[in-house]
Amino acid sequence: MGTISEKILSAHAGKEVRAGDICIVPVDFMMSQDGTTGLTIKAFKQMAAKSIANPKKYAIVIDHNSPSPMESVSNIHKEMRDFASDQGSILYDVGEGVCHQLLPEKGHVLPGNVVIGGDSHTCTYGALNVFATGVGSTDLAAALVTGKIWFRVPSTIKFVYDGTLPEGTYSKDVILHMCKTLTSRGATYKALEIYGTVIDAMSVDARMTISNMVVEVGAKVGLMPCDSRVREYVRQRTNAPFKGVEASGSAIYERVIREDLSDLPPQVAKPHEVDNVVDVSKVAGTELDQVYIGTCTNGRLEDLKIASEILAGKKVARGVRLIVAPASRNVLLDAMREGYIDRLVRAGATVIAPSCGPCVGTCNGVPSDAETVLSTANRNFKGRMGNTKAEIYLSSPATAAYSAMLGHIADVREVQK
Amino acid sequence: MSIMKGRAHTFGDNLNTDYVISGKYKFKTLDMKELSKHVMEDIRPGFYDEIEEGDFVVAGENLGAGSSREQAPLVLKAAGIGAVVAKSFARIFYRNCINVGLPVVEVDTSQIEEGDVLEIDIAQGVVVNVTKNVTLQASPLPPVMMKILSDGGLAEHLKRHNGFALDESD
Ligand code: SF4
Repeated sequence: MGTISEKILSAHAGKEVRAGDICIVPVDFMMSQDGTTGLTIKAFKQMAAKSIANPKKYAIVIDHNSPSPMESVSNIHKEMRDFASDQGSILYDVGEGVCHQLLPEKGHVLPGNVVIGGDSHTCTYGALNVFATGVGSTDLAAALVTGKIWFRVPSTIKFVYDGTLPEGTYSKDVILHMCKTLTSRGATYKALEIYGTVIDAMSVDARMTISNMVVEVGAKVGLMPCDSRVREYVRQRTNAPFKGVEASGSAIYERVIREDLSDLPPQVAKPHEVDNVVDVSKVAGTELDQVYIGTCTNGRLEDLKIASEILAGKKVARGVRLIVAPASRNVLLDAMREGYIDRLVRAGATVIAPSCGPCVGTCNGVPSDAETVLSTANRNFKGRMGNTKAEIYLSSPATAAYSAMLGHIADVREVQK
Repeated sequence: MSIMKGRAHTFGDNLNTDYVISGKYKFKTLDMKELSKHVMEDIRPGFYDEIEEGDFVVAGENLGAGSSREQAPLVLKAAGIGAVVAKSFARIFYRNCINVGLPVVEVDTSQIEEGDVLEIDIAQGVVVNVTKNVTLQASPLPPVMMKILSDGGLAEHLKRHNGFALDESD
C-alpha cells in the first residue's frame, strides 16, 4: 500500500507510515563532500561521539574544490582524509569525481534504499528508485552516530510524461520544463514520482539528470521506477541483492500531472533563477563568453558523447572558452576510449579534473564581470559561479556544445536537420 | 523559550542559501563568526554591519532554497540573527535551522516592513509587530522540531537523550 516513498519508509521504519507521519529510519548509505564535511565533523564532535555506526556505509568525497587551489581548502581536504582513515570510512579523493556520479557508479546505492547526503543534489539517486535526499551537516552527523534519521513522510506529486522527445530535446530540457511548470517552490516538502514513455526510453544517465534537479522545485526526492534498465545498471556495479519498490495501485497522490512532450523544444533557464525557463528561440543569439559542460547534472558519458558529436571536426567560436569536466574518473576513461575527449579537445575545449569545477564558483573557470556563461549545471543563481556580475544560463549539453561552436545561444535542432 | 524582541530586516521571495552565504566562501574557514561578515553580501552588501544582536531576518516565500550548506543558518546565528521569519521555507534550510538551534517562524510576513520591531513567541507561534501594532499567528512548529529546538539543537538533543527521543506518535 502507498506511494514509493511511503513504501520505502514503511519498510525501513518497520511499521506502516503515510504522508504526514513522522518516522525514524535506518540509513543505507551516507555521503558528504568538501563543502559540508568540515561542519559534519564539527557536529560529530559536538555530539561527543567517538565512532561512526557503520563506517562502510559512509563515503567522503573531495570534489567541490578539487584539486585544491589554496591553503585553506587543502587543510579542509587533509581533515577529511584524516577523518576517513580514523573512522575507516570510504574516501574518494581528488580526481575520482563528483559525489552524485560516484555513489551510483560505484554501486553504493540500491533500489529501495534510504540514502542521505550532505549535499542538496543527493536526490539524484531517485532515478535508481532510491529514497535519497540532501540534508545538512548536523542531520548527517546524527545519522553517522546513530545510523538513523527522522523524516516526515512526504506527500507525492505524480508526473506522467507521455510521447517521444523530439530530436534535439533531452532529459535536461524535460527537467527545465518541469521547473517552469512547478516553479522553484512548487513541490516544497513533496516527493515526486516521474513516469511515462519519455522516461522509459531514457538511459539511466539521462534519468539522473532529471532526479538531480528535483530539489530546484523544492522536492525532497524525485523517484522513478526500478525497470530493466535500472536493474541492469545496478547489477553491472554490485552483487548486493536489491528489490525495486513500486507504488501500489491504490496509492494516494496529491496531484497527478500528465503531459505529452512530443513537441517540447530545447529549453534554457535565464539568469538568475532556475525556473526562469524559456524555449531556446527566446534567447537565441545571446552572446557567450564561456560554456561549461559538466557537473552532477550533465557530466556523464552520454553527455560528453552528445557534445563531442556536435563538435566533431568543428571549432569552438573565437573568444569563447569551453570548459569540460567529466563527472568521474571512469567517465573520463570511457570518454577517452570512445574518442569523445579527443574530439572535444581538438575543437578547443579545456578539460579539467573530474570534479564540480566552476559550478559553485570555487575554481577552474570563474567568469569575469559582465560575462555571460551557458552551463549544463543545475543552478544559475547570482554569484553561483563565483562572480555576482556574471550572467548564467542553463541548458542541455547539446545546446551548450552547439552554442559554444557558434559563440551565442543557438537552437541545436538546426544542426540535426 | 522566552519571548524574543528585535528589528526586522526584510528580504523578498526565493532568498536562496547561495545568497545567505556565497558558495565561494564556505571553503575559506569553518569559523562562523569570520564567515558571517559575508552574510547576504551578494544581494545586500554591508548587511553584517546593519545587524544588532537579536534582530530578525524576514522574508517572503521559499526562504533558504538551494544548497544544503549548514553554513547558511550558522552564519545568520553567528551574525546575531535571533530568528528567521518567512511566509514559507525550503525544506533542507528549515530543518538545518532547527538542528543548529536557530528559531524559524512560518507566518504571513506581508505586514512587516524594514526596521519594524517584532516580538516573537516561538512556543505560542505568535509574532507581534510592535511598530504597527498587529498580532500575527504563525503556523505551529511540528512537535518533533519544537522538541529539538527546545533542547538547543540536534547535537544537544542527542547528547541529552543518548539518541533520538522524538515521540513518533506526534
Ligand atoms: S557539480 Fe555543482 S551542483 Fe553538483 S555537487 Fe558539485 S557543486 Fe553541487
